[in-house]
Amino acid sequence: MADKIILEVARYSPERDAKPSFQSYEVPVYKEWVVLDALNYIKDQVDGSLTYRWSCRMGICGSCGMMVNGEPKLTCATFLSSYAHNGSKVRVEPLRYFPVVRDLVTELSDFLVKLTKVKPWLIRHDEPPLTQGEFLQTPDQLDRYKQFSMCINCTLCYAACPVVGLDPVFVGPAAIALAQRYNMDSRDQGTEERTAVLAHPEGIWGCTFVGECTRVCPKHVDPAGAIQQYKLKAALDWVKSFVMPGEHKSKDVRSEAAND
Amino acid sequence: MEASSHDVLLVGGGGAGLRAAIAAAEVNLKLSIAVVSKVYPMRSHTVSAEGGAAGVAKSDDSLDEHCYDTISGGDWLCDQDAVEAFVKEAPQELLQLERWGCPWSREPDGHIAVRAFGGMKKRRTWFAADKTGFHMLHTLFQTTLKYPPITRYDEWFVTKLLVDDGRVQGVVAIELMSGKIRAITAKAVILCTGGCGRVFPFTTNANIKNGDGMALAYRAGAPLKDMEFVQYHPTGLPFTGILITEAARAEGGYMLNKDGYRYLQDYNLGTPQPKPVLRSMELGPRDRLSQAFVKEDQKGRTIQTPYGPIVHLDLRHLGEKLINAKLPFVRELCQKYQNIDPVRELIPVRPVVHYMMGGVSTDIDGATPLAGLYAAGEVACVSINGANRLGSNSLPECLVFGARAGRAAAAYAATQQVPDGKVFAQANDERRRLETQFLFRTGGHERIATIREEMQKTVETSAGIYREHASLAKATHQLRELQRRFGDISLDDHSRTFNTELESALELGFMLDVAESIVQCALHRTESRGAHQRTDYPARDDNKFLAHSIVSRNFDGSSRVEYLPVKITRWAPGERVYGETSKEQSKSTPIRQAV
Ligand SMILES: Cc1cc2nc3c(=O)[nH]c(=O)nc-3n(C[C@H](O)[C@H](O)[C@H](O)COP(=O)(O)OP(=O)(O)OC[C@H]3O[C@@H](n4cnc5c(N)ncnc54)[C@H](O)[C@@H]3O)c2cc1C
Ligand code: SF4
Ligand code: FES
Repeated sequence: MADKIILEVARYSPERDAKPSFQSYEVPVYKEWVVLDALNYIKDQVDGSLTYRWSCRMGICGSCGMMVNGEPKLTCATFLSSYAHNGSKVRVEPLRYFPVVRDLVTELSDFLVKLTKVKPWLIRHDEPPLTQGEFLQTPDQLDRYKQFSMCINCTLCYAACPVVGLDPVFVGPAAIALAQRYNMDSRDQGTEERTAVLAHPEGIWGCTFVGECTRVCPKHVDPAGAIQQYKLKAALDWVKSFVMPGEHKSKDVRSEAAND
Repeated sequence: MEASSHDVLLVGGGGAGLRAAIAAAEVNLKLSIAVVSKVYPMRSHTVSAEGGAAGVAKSDDSLDEHCYDTISGGDWLCDQDAVEAFVKEAPQELLQLERWGCPWSREPDGHIAVRAFGGMKKRRTWFAADKTGFHMLHTLFQTTLKYPPITRYDEWFVTKLLVDDGRVQGVVAIELMSGKIRAITAKAVILCTGGCGRVFPFTTNANIKNGDGMALAYRAGAPLKDMEFVQYHPTGLPFTGILITEAARAEGGYMLNKDGYRYLQDYNLGTPQPKPVLRSMELGPRDRLSQAFVKEDQKGRTIQTPYGPIVHLDLRHLGEKLINAKLPFVRELCQKYQNIDPVRELIPVRPVVHYMMGGVSTDIDGATPLAGLYAAGEVACVSINGANRLGSNSLPECLVFGARAGRAAAAYAATQQVPDGKVFAQANDERRRLETQFLFRTGGHERIATIREEMQKTVETSAGIYREHASLAKATHQLRELQRRFGDISLDDHSRTFNTELESALELGFMLDVAESIVQCALHRTESRGAHQRTDYPARDDNKFLAHSIVSRNFDGSSRVEYLPVKITRWAPGERVYGETSKEQSKSTPIRQAV
């Protein structure tokens, strides 16, 4: 194992630069170091102006996503040593398809707007008083949406999705998975409200099933699966609206899922 | 200077801050509420909490028993009125979170499931697998999105509280994205900035946990309480400090020394049984387990590694199925960060700084002695945690006291006028300070990281698991010297846009104040209690120290420590007993029955 490695880091400051450039730093490689440790080493010891986000260093806060050798990665969960063999250079860039604020920091406000748009909260028509206790939910019912509730909002899936690259209005994988997290929750009654956003060219119909989102997701959320489920359901509703004109359009994704 | 104004302003968007924001909005949907956070709220460190949240839920349990476990666990330094309010409201708050969609783990019949937790005599810890904090935080965050009165200031860093006329009237904050320095005024401010683990070198706490709120309050004239009580968690992964949740022991994990021996039996923590026994052995309280580690190390029975001595946590006998069902995150963390699989291998662990029992002194509604200023969550000291927090009490603490502070601040705000121009002069002074001392600063000789590391080492050697007069006195001088050197830092980054070096410098400034308050409180408390163990004063001294340390800043910048008696309602101070004998002790009924 090499004990030194070159990190080529994308640098960009809107106050100074017309466009991004790369700067190389030599950093030591220790067995337990992740890419983020190397960035921290640079910031602490070499160049305090290097700019990136991080917080938990345990793969749960979702802030340290970057392109590492062209792949979207959580830098706190990516060992440096896994790059130490081939030519000993690692390229670190901001996540693709997002506007860059500075160096490795991307602009996230659009992502937050998209998340909010799908109404990611439990929607109920009734609000029984707390004294009536919890809504019952069996472990099986929990399992149905559990996977979609694991999203840490790291946006790696956006950086992996060619549709996001082509069409910035596409709400994107994580937002759709989050919508589906609530749609599939046996306690929720908001599927119809969410359909208004999702069954739309900017929603699920934007997706062309490349499946890259699911491949890069560090939390196994499977956004592609969520989109697939939703498309099937929406297509079915659309067909049904012709076959049974009296039937209300979008009932409940959940009740159908429960039957399958 | 650009400015904006709100009724209630939250500094912090973790569990406590978001709960407080919703509570304030529910008092009056016409209020304008601001959540100012240096990271996007769902990045807050609540996200990393694993094990669970305590609240009496089952018929074999009672509120009094949760009170007793909390108070005895806290070595009788808890304010019992606060504990009673906490224990009573915790189940309602956890249930409220269920109503907002939190994916709590369930019994087969669909009811909430509860698990055992260290120091708790009954099963009462609600959990969402082993990502409880993550699910709670995302549920809260997503729920806030439906409340129009809540305005978010994401990635805004608060540098100062604006105080005029004896009351807090807002904050000065840097918008990281643009670098703009702005005043945000408010009729009431609630600090929900979390803990300060980064004052120590080896911690489970995220990079953002720098005690900002404690220093903000302290500088503004609000005292801090019980700062000497710092919790070490007995099971952190070496090097990273990543926490292996106590749930791993609650499910039946063993602690083994280098000979594969369950060493806790040598430290008055009971006799080993194959299955976990509540309040015994591996399920003893955190302070006692961490102290046992140090003793075991002194006996030469730990294993030496490049990252210090370690012992082992053994989960192998639990089997893959249980580990996957109940402890999936533990397995994921071990595999991803330590490159071992707990299904087949022993997990190396050592004690790691985890939680701050002390904090901004508040009453049971989160109010500080400074008008207009409230605090809740880990930044605050109410106090329900006393000398040692029980695992799974602090997530519900964020909810109960977040909600209380939110309601109290909303009520207070209704009685106040919009802050007037005087605070803007102050805000301008703060802007000038930030620009001249940091942003436009040239020259200087000290690197931030150097001072930070020296501070961390100083605090660890003097105020670690065991303490004594000489090293604390020495640390007092060392910290003063570090404060001086902090005045001579050199900065590489002079741009406005997303200046994280500026942020680190300001955080270091906060941490130096917090470090001083920890060392001063530890120096003055000449007894041993809970997490505060003095080798030169090994006994608990109820005559002198059944009292909270209150540390305030003098005009000359030095600090003074005073004492405030603990509030006792129904449980007379007793001895903390764990292991078999605890069965006798735990019957210990209240001295007076509840009314
Ligand atoms: C690894 C780990 C596991 C844990 N597990 C458990 C558990 O199982 N059960 C349990 O009960 N407890 C647990 N705890 C403790 C518990 O998680 C914390 O005490 C609690 O989450 C703190 O929440 P908070 O809202 O007070 O602060 P945080 O969640 O830390 O939030 C602080 C907020 O303040 C903001 N902020 C800070 N400074 C500034 C500033 N200067 N300007 C603007 N914003 C600022 C931050 O951006 C953030 O939004 C655990 C802790 C850790 C570290
Ligand atoms: S779905 Fe996966 S990749 Fe996308 S934001 Fe969520 S956790 Fe990240
Ligand atoms: S730093 Fe939190 S996910 Fe990497």
